[in-house]
Amino acid sequence: MSAAKISCTGASFGAVTLAVVRKDLRLEWRTREVFSATVVFAALVLVTFNFSFEPGQGAVERMASGFIWVAFVFAGMLGLNRTFVTEKEEGCLDALFLSPADPGAIYLGKVIANLIFLAVTEAAVLPLFALLFNFPLARAFPTMLLPLALGSFGFVAAGTLFAAMAAQTRIREVMLPLLLLPACVPVLIASVRLTQAALEGLDLESVLPWVGMLVLCDALFVVAGTFLFQHVLEE
Amino acid sequence: MAGMTAEHEFPRGGSTLQDRMDRLLRRVRNVTLPLAGIALMGAMVMIFNYAPEEKTQGIVQKIFYVHVSSAWSSYLAFFVCFISSILYLLKRDRAWDLLALAGAEVGVIFCTAVLLSGPFWGKPIWGAWWTWDARLTSTLVLWLIFLGYLLLRPFVGEGERGARFAAVVGIVGFLDIPLVHLSVRWWRTLHPDPVVMNPEGPQLPPEMLQTLLVTLAAFTLLAVSFIAVRAELERLRDLATALRGRLRESRQ
Repeated sequence: MSAAKISCTGASFGAVTLAVVRKDLRLEWRTREVFSATVVFAALVLVTFNFSFEPGQGAVERMASGFIWVAFVFAGMLGLNRTFVTEKEEGCLDALFLSPADPGAIYLGKVIANLIFLAVTEAAVLPLFALLFNFPLARAFPTMLLPLALGSFGFVAAGTLFAAMAAQTRIREVMLPLLLLPACVPVLIASVRLTQAALEGLDLESVLPWVGMLVLCDALFVVAGTFLFQHVLEE
Repeated sequence: MAGMTAEHEFPRGGSTLQDRMDRLLRRVRNVTLPLAGIALMGAMVMIFNYAPEEKTQGIVQKIFYVHVSSAWSSYLAFFVCFISSILYLLKRDRAWDLLALAGAEVGVIFCTAVLLSGPFWGKPIWGAWWTWDARLTSTLVLWLIFLGYLLLRPFVGEGERGARFAAVVGIVGFLDIPLVHLSVRWWRTLHPDPVVMNPEGPQLPPEMLQTLLVTLAAFTLLAVSFIAVRAELERLRDLATALRGRLRESRQ
């Protein structure tokens, strides 16, 4: 059935992926719904951290990568929920069900779009973190790019698959964290460890196993998502 | 025998996958359930009367037999859920979904037993009910993953979509287990090293090892029986729903 689907469109896998990315980016560019909500939310998480921990200068150094990642994860979940809830409400999800496009390509398109949203949020939150906690981030930033990229990708790859399901349940926003947070434990541990190492200026060689762990997680989630998305996008 | 009355309701002699699964589950349950009862009694006797008391830990160490066996049974049940989920997505037959659901539920029950029996040992030995040790943490994460599986189902609503979504979670969740294990293990470890599957051979005294093996066998039989009975129960629920629908139609 899926072979017949592809042949009757003529659109290649890559073309479908690009079309979904462009649709999501255009939608976001016009509404700026997800971006504004997630950045404000991430900022609130940082402010809440400050009040609940009252971290002194030494403590900030120890907990910096944890702060950053918890803010990213919470804000990221907000964004992931929004992308599919909007589609569900406006009937776009039904159109995607009906379209003859390869579900794997739709999934990858959504992953790339969500990754771009999360990256933009991170780009806004990191300077804010440095500013609010008087933390010198700029020096470590180049080495931080690796855990940021790999960790965000794994989180978004799993999150996109689960968010598509959560949007079709009765409790929507509540369902996503219940599925995503436990599944993303390896991604979170590895990302926090690598980011901490980058902040402390350790050489990446000593934390190489964590890079391998992130690559494994990314591969598992993106492969599983590409193959399983057809079972999520179905009426 | 609650099962006896139920058996009259099953359509007999059919040849669909569901019919064959019904017969298989009933046959398996008829064998494993009595055997599990006998084996469990044997295991209890061995644990308290045959296996020697550990020198430093004393009587608390006996939790070990139940703890390890529960852990094994939960993995077995989650594996059943994983395989059945794959088969469900490939074949789209409700029979596989019933088995997957039963596997996940029984797995969560045994995983809960692991998480509950651990602290009773941990309190006197480690001095704390809970520590963020590698194996405790990864078991907790595993439990949470499949709790998500069970929570998801009722909120998707009745029918085939819930089965599909659950299967996706069952597959991704199970594949995630090795990664959770490895990452949490690198994160930290405090748990006693494996004493049975040790590279230098089992380090348990033979009486303890024999007791553990009997308990393991008993719990395996118990897990298999639970899965079969649970799948059967869900099947009966399906039949009841169908019958209720037919009754409503005939009244109109």
